[in-house]
Amino acid sequence: MSMNVKIRHVEGVTVLDLSGKITLGDGSIALREAVRDALSAGSKKILINLADVNYIDSAGLGELVGSYTSVKNAGGELKLLKLSKKVRDLLVITKLLTVFDVKDDEKEAVAAFNK
Amino acid sequence: MAAKGNTCLARRGSKERDTLADSDLQESLILPSALESVETVESKAEAFAQKAGFDEDTASQIAMLAREAAANAVLHGNKSDRAKHVHVTFTLSQDALSIRVADEGAGFDPDSVPDPLSPEGLLRPSGRGIFLMRAIMDEVHFRQLSPGTEITLVKHRTQN
Repeated sequence: MSMNVKIRHVEGVTVLDLSGKITLGDGSIALREAVRDALSAGSKKILINLADVNYIDSAGLGELVGSYTSVKNAGGELKLLKLSKKVRDLLVITKLLTVFDVKDDEKEAVAAFNK
Repeated sequence: MAAKGNTCLARRGSKERDTLADSDLQESLILPSALESVETVESKAEAFAQKAGFDEDTASQIAMLAREAAANAVLHGNKSDRAKHVHVTFTLSQDALSIRVADEGAGFDPDSVPDPLSPEGLLRPSGRGIFLMRAIMDEVHFRQLSPGTEITLVKHRTQN
């Protein structure tokens, strides 16, 4: 599989630590399933840690957007953590940086959920 | 990942792969409509981009966009019909790297894709591939075939 997902819980926030590539196929499916499982488990505060994701394509960007919409529609909140330069560049080009709340520090991100 | 099955290589000129010259190098692939083909196009594009002398980030972007073009050809053009093929040609000249990807599908109007930067487009889960190609490559050309659609991605080497 091109991407791995590890799940942690920090002060009521579900943190999805992604590593690898979020691309068409396995990577984007793994992200979709991880977010779906988190919502099914009752999580409303989801933080996607992209520190170890250095490659994303348009399908992966679409999956991030789909995750954002799914969480929002479920009454929850989704934030992104620690973008690599490559991922950030694509979020800038596509203006998705204006959609997502992006944090560089995990403690700050968790605190932002609990404000 | 290596391509499986019906892969055909063609080369113009007499230069060997390991001694890529700076001009007139061309390689063509005919690939099945499968996701494995997308991987093949990506890795080949990255090799060409590196040979062209692009920096690592640019080479990675070119490879990603070639992957996007191939994925569009497989999924949207050929609709994953394994009887249809994806035709890819890489051309490295003194001036530019050109990647041409053609499918055998029913045709495609690139202007039909909604603007992904529009307020309603921002939250659409799809429709960013061609936008990224236009944003990152120096030239993007579409040509309707009969049948099929051909897209050509061009990155100039003038800055390298």
